[in-house]
Amino acid sequence: MGDTRSSTNGRRPGATLRAATVSRQFDGVHALEEVDFELARHEVVGLIGPNGAGKTTLVNVLTGFDFPTSGRVELDDEDITAWPAHRRARRGLSRTFQQGHLFPGLTVQENVEVTALGVGTGAVEARRRADELLSLLGLADQAFRPASLLPHGDARKLGVARALAMRPAFMLMDEPAAGLHEGEVAEFADVVRHVRDEQEAGVVLIDHNIGLILDVCDRIHVLDEGRTLAEGTPAEIRANEAVSVAYLGRRRGAGGSAT
Amino acid sequence: MDALQAIIDGVALGSIYALVAMGITLIFGVMRLINFAQGETITAGAYSFVVTTELPLVLRIVVMFATVIAFSLAIELGLRPLRNATPAALLVTTFAFSFLLQSVFLLVWSSQGDNPLVLSKLNEALSVGDLKIRWVTLASIGVGSLLLVATALFLNRTSLGLQMRAAAHDFRTARILGVRANRVIMLAFLIAGILSAAATLMLVVQRPLVTPTFGFSVAIPALVGVVVGGMDRIVTGTMGGFLIGFVTVILGNYLESGRVFLTSVVFALVIVVLVLRPNGVLSRQNATVERV
Repeated sequence: MGDTRSSTNGRRPGATLRAATVSRQFDGVHALEEVDFELARHEVVGLIGPNGAGKTTLVNVLTGFDFPTSGRVELDDEDITAWPAHRRARRGLSRTFQQGHLFPGLTVQENVEVTALGVGTGAVEARRRADELLSLLGLADQAFRPASLLPHGDARKLGVARALAMRPAFMLMDEPAAGLHEGEVAEFADVVRHVRDEQEAGVVLIDHNIGLILDVCDRIHVLDEGRTLAEGTPAEIRANEAVSVAYLGRRRGAGGSAT
Repeated sequence: MDALQAIIDGVALGSIYALVAMGITLIFGVMRLINFAQGETITAGAYSFVVTTELPLVLRIVVMFATVIAFSLAIELGLRPLRNATPAALLVTTFAFSFLLQSVFLLVWSSQGDNPLVLSKLNEALSVGDLKIRWVTLASIGVGSLLLVATALFLNRTSLGLQMRAAAHDFRTARILGVRANRVIMLAFLIAGILSAAATLMLVVQRPLVTPTFGFSVAIPALVGVVVGGMDRIVTGTMGGFLIGFVTVILGNYLESGRVFLTSVVFALVIVVLVLRPNGVLSRQNATVERV
């Protein structure tokens, strides 16, 4: 507890997910260039940047869906750079996908239940946990529909419920709020806080909704063309000139801001 | 009455093919692999009857089930080192297993055929009005329905079944979400073994001449049925297997003296069906299917 590193955000020594100077090249294109990233439990870190900045690549590298060209990935100070995704998942790394990757023929409840079973939860407990998570995300009344019939926004929520069923230590959410309408975004912010405060997980949140990011994140990490552009609290990022030029300004200029 | 007789026989053969087809579909679901060697597990079981003629009946059936299941699991173990190989390499490997086993059967028992000498009393017919129904026909329908329902219940009502269904939908995601790959794949081969063993029992009674291609001649039409039905879903694959058996009997009934063309006609139909519905007649959406 008295560790020097516990000074910010109540971080506990060891309980971190870290990328150390990771680079990832695709055919000569630098998707990531010497990026350092750190996530502790009990905090929400926003990962923002223009399209193609390397956000999803970083999440892929952290979760084992992709491997860095150079650099290390560490979990609780252990080198996990070469671990495949399913091995990392068993150690508490869970994620949601932009494309959902739900099991279409299974019911909403079964989608969550099977994930709880996957981490060794008993059958009865798995079902109870599924019901609990579906209530948390407002999907309880859809529990017995096939996942393939869910509207887009609900499918996103189901992705989150499913990732939570693993009781993750770290949860990486790739645009989980895309397609949610305004009221739902506010509810979703509460879900993210719940994950941090009640499930005691560290959260990485990728989203284009800057309002949501500024509202819910403890820290924000800005990527641009594969490099770290800035890092800091929401207030610091808001005041950062480079960020507003490279990212916030550009988005407003593009007229695509949904915030 | 002739038509009714054909329908009953068709349902009986369809039930046997459905058992084999369900095994093929379960394995395809979790591995995206078409197990061409499935037929040889049936042949192995049939030959076990040839070897055990001295033993009591119940014991012979137990030995046969153990043999088929053991061969099925052995194939799974044999494929493990290739788990990360391309689907084509896996497919060719199961071909190799299939022909290797056929050659071994040929070396040990020759191609002339052996009589399994088991339950031949089931070939006696029961007369209902004009109908003559063999006991084995009734047994096939009964055993087939029972096992298909039991497997469906297992898949839909148990935790392991739920994990298998998830893996069949999207194996990679299921694995990321904690479903144990080895456990699910082995379970698929185990269930396929049990279903094939039940099919073996019915087949050796109906066709009491075991040759090295005994199972192959059943597994190939069953596989075709799976493809015709739609191999991306367990229900459609199984139904496809049933349909191919059913259609074969019905067509055979109408072709009468032209029966020699039966296989040609069935496969011509298959080609037509696949040209019109490449993803299977019974599948709903245009899901991507592994190309063979």
